[in-house]
Parts: sequence; structure tokens; C-alpha cells
Amino acid sequence: MKKPVNNKAWFLVLPVFLLVAFNALIPLMTVVNYSVQETFGDNVFTWAGVQWFQDVLRSDNFWNALQRQLLFTFIVLAIEIPLGLGIALTMPKQGFWVSVCLVLMSLPLLIPWNVVGAMWNIMALPDIGLLGKAINGLGINYNYTRQPVSAWFTLVLMDVWHWTSLVALLCYAGLVSIPDAYYQAAKVDGARRWAVFRYIQLPKLRHVLTIAVLLRFMDSFMIYTEPQVMTGGGPGSATTFLSIDLVKKGIGQFDLGPAAAMSIIYFLIILALSWLFYTLMMRHQET
Amino acid sequence: MRLSRYVPLVYILLLLLPIYWLLNMSFKTTNEILGGFTLYPHSFTLDNYRKIFTDPTWYMGYVNSLYYVAANTLLSLVVALPAAYAFSRYRFLGDKHLFFWLLSNRMAPPAVFVLPFFQLYSAVGLFDTPWAVALAHTLFNIPLAVWILEGFMSGVPRELDETAYVDGYSFPGFFVKIFIPTIAAGIGVAAFFCFMFSWVELLLAKNLTSVAAKPIAAVMTKTASTSGYELGLLAAAGSLTLIPGAIVIYFVRNYIAKGFALGRV
Repeated sequence: MKKPVNNKAWFLVLPVFLLVAFNALIPLMTVVNYSVQETFGDNVFTWAGVQWFQDVLRSDNFWNALQRQLLFTFIVLAIEIPLGLGIALTMPKQGFWVSVCLVLMSLPLLIPWNVVGAMWNIMALPDIGLLGKAINGLGINYNYTRQPVSAWFTLVLMDVWHWTSLVALLCYAGLVSIPDAYYQAAKVDGARRWAVFRYIQLPKLRHVLTIAVLLRFMDSFMIYTEPQVMTGGGPGSATTFLSIDLVKKGIGQFDLGPAAAMSIIYFLIILALSWLFYTLMMRHQET
Repeated sequence: MRLSRYVPLVYILLLLLPIYWLLNMSFKTTNEILGGFTLYPHSFTLDNYRKIFTDPTWYMGYVNSLYYVAANTLLSLVVALPAAYAFSRYRFLGDKHLFFWLLSNRMAPPAVFVLPFFQLYSAVGLFDTPWAVALAHTLFNIPLAVWILEGFMSGVPRELDETAYVDGYSFPGFFVKIFIPTIAAGIGVAAFFCFMFSWVELLLAKNLTSVAAKPIAAVMTKTASTSGYELGLLAAAGSLTLIPGAIVIYFVRNYIAKGFALGRV
């Protein structure tokens, strides 16, 4: 049944429209404004054209941060999506334990991000942290404030700990919505476990997996608080991701022009990549 | 097949390990923490918690945080409900564009918006009030709330609306008395998500407040950097931030799965 056309529905979306216009449009225009102007303080602005954009695109700082960001996002997606899917597939479908599983698995999602950082900080301290002590005990030299590799390992592990549950819960929601009849039909046909997964579960999960990939992509691409609390972007600039770099520029050094130009480029990258993921994953949806 | 039954169990144990370590630290004295590696608190103490509950800068942090989280959840839901209804029931001029524009705000990095928000809210006199943070967080919570609610509402057959109108209900009467109770689960899930993303966010919350409305997260980061790393105190403060989340999860436990799929399963 098609939805009727009714332009009076605009009255219903008006509150959202006004609020978001105030809250998103004005700030966004402020950023655009700064990105094309030069200021010497005292609210005197002069036109700077595309100067700042050129500066950002020519700076090694930006490209390095972008590379680190892409690598980080790629690693956490490559771990969290399969792992989350695997956990969802092995979870019980009904009974008392389902609630227990769901509640305990959601726990990391509701911890403030700075607490997540602080928690892993305490966990990974080489001398008094459980993780740090254990790794050093194995004879591996591990110190996340000094070695880039250790810092990366800790950040990835933290992100996997923090967000795999989201993927698992999404996939679980998709799995329980598959009617039993599908499985019975598969049983009658003598389908193997892999065939059940490939031809029944995976197609039904396409939608939730798209949501999972999109959410995880967007959020890991904007990551700020956890690495900021854990490593402060260090050692050196080994874990300086885009948001950390941007906040340093914008609030730390108050370089309004370059920060604004970088903001716009940053936002556009996220929009473009999200759109790309969405189209790629939904391409076969029409059938 | 047998072995795979233990996968969730192992996973959950690994999830709980850092949480245990945090709790463990929060019950230790500073001496014990700095003294060396201990698997459980040998000299059990509640001093860290006592300090938090007696020092106003600490406990007001929790009050401030809960204030703006509640304000944000309420605000997001109140404006998202009618909008989601419009999107789920009607086609109108520019509906698709508006929907995607809303969603695109979920993709905006908070780091991009910190500075403009600071200036905007300073200009209208909202800076350093819980409402500044509540408003800022609607940036990503309204799109999410509209999206979730639209999913749940589309699951309700339109015959319900039509029958109600035939029975003589006006639109507001129908919406409040019949429709909202029908999608109560969806509202609960949307509220859960608004709570979640507002409660965990730090960057905006910290930079849009200074003294009067300082959230607990900002109090914690300040302690971490100034007072010579009081790990026990920090751990206690962190442990206390787990409680509101745990309570909220308990209430929505039966809807979590559907909610995480944003009402679209």
C-alpha cells in the first residue's frame, strides 16, 4: 500500500526542522565561513579563498592522520564485524540465558567513553595493570606510552572490547527474526551448516550488517575520546587520528581557518565513504 | 558444534575482565595501588567512594550529567515523535531529502562542531548550562530517534489510524491516546539510545561547560591530569558511571535486540 501524499505533514516535521536548522545549519555555516577567511583577531576577517583548503591538502600532518585513521577503521571493522557475527550465531535463541547475555554484552556500550579510556589505561599499565603485567610476563616488552606498536595494539583491543557487542546485538536481532520454517525447509533438503548460513542466514542479515558496518565505520572514523584519554595521540603522533588532530588545531592552537577547512574535508570524506558503503551493500537489495 | 556453545560465555568473561579490574582498583588504597600488582584488594577500603559522595565537585558532576542526558532524551523524543509519524505515514514535498539530511547529521564528527557550538551557545547565553549540552547532543540523537521511531511506526498497520478517525478521534487525541501506547516499546528503545549516546559523549559535554554545569566525565579527566594520578579515586568515579547504564539496560532488556536493529527487523 502506497503512502498518501499530504503536504500538511510538514507541520509535523517542522519542530525537527527548526531545531536541526538552528543546531546543525548555523554551526555548519560558521565552519564554512571560517574556512574561506583569514583573521588576525579582533573579529576582523578578510577573504582567503581556497588558501586553507590548499594548505590542509598539502600538509603532511593531515595525510598522515588520514592514513592512520583509515588503517585504524579498517582494522577494527575487519575484526569486529566477523567476530560479532560469530558471537551472534553461537548465542542461544531463547530462554533465561538470552537476557543475561544481552544485558552483559550491552554493558560496555553504556560506559562513558572517557571511562573506557581510563579503564583500559588502568588495565594496560605495565607494572600494575592486569593486561600490561600479563603481556610483560610472557616475555614481550610492552609499554603503550612508549612504543607505537603497543599503543596501537591496546587501542584496537579497546575498540574491539568496546564495540563488538554492538555488531553482535545487531546480528542477533537479525537472526531471531528469521522464521523457523526456513530452517525446517533446510533440514528437509539436508542442507549443511555452511549452506544454511550462506543461503538462509546471510541474505536475511544483509540489512542489519549494513547498519552495523555503517555505524561502526562512522563512529570509528570519528573516534576521539578513547585514544585522547589513553595515549593523547602519542607516542609521538603514532595514534593522532583525524579528530584528535582537528581538536588540537581548532581548540588548542585556535587556527580557525585551517581547522575549518579540515573540518569540511573531514565531513565530506565521511559522507562520501558512508554513501559508498551503503550503495555497495544495498546493491542487490532490489531483488 | 558443542564447543561453539561456549563462545558467548568466553566472550562475556573477557568483557567483564576490564570492568573487574576497574572495580578492583576502586576498592584499593593509593598505597596498595602504587605498592605493586595485586589481583584483589588486600586492604579493602571505601575511602575513594566516600570522597566522591562528600565532595560537591564530584557528586555534582553526576547530577549535571544526568540533568543534560534527561533533558536531551526528552527533547529528542518530543520533536522526533511527530516527525517520525509524518515520515512513516505520508509522502510530502522534499520528504526524502529531509530524511537524508537529518541522517547526515549523525555522520558529523563532534570535533567539527565543538567550536561553532561554543560560539553559538555563548551568543544566546546557553554556555555552561546543561541545556547547551542537551541541545548539542540532539545533533546526533534526533536523527537516530527519528530513524528508530519511523521503523517501529511503519510496523503498525495504517488501519489503526483510519479506524480511530472513523471513531471520531481528532489527530492529537488519536496520537496521544492510541498511537503512543501502541508504539511504547519503540519509544522505550529510542529513549534508550538517546540516553546511551548522550551519556557516553565527552568532547562536546566538556567543551560546552566550564564550572556550573561540568559533567562527571570532565571532572574525571581533570583529576587524571592534575592531582598526580589518583588512580583509586578515578576508578571509583568510573565504577559509579556504570550504574545508570546498567539500570537502563535492565529496563529495556527485552527490546535491546530489536532496538539495536533500529526497529527495522
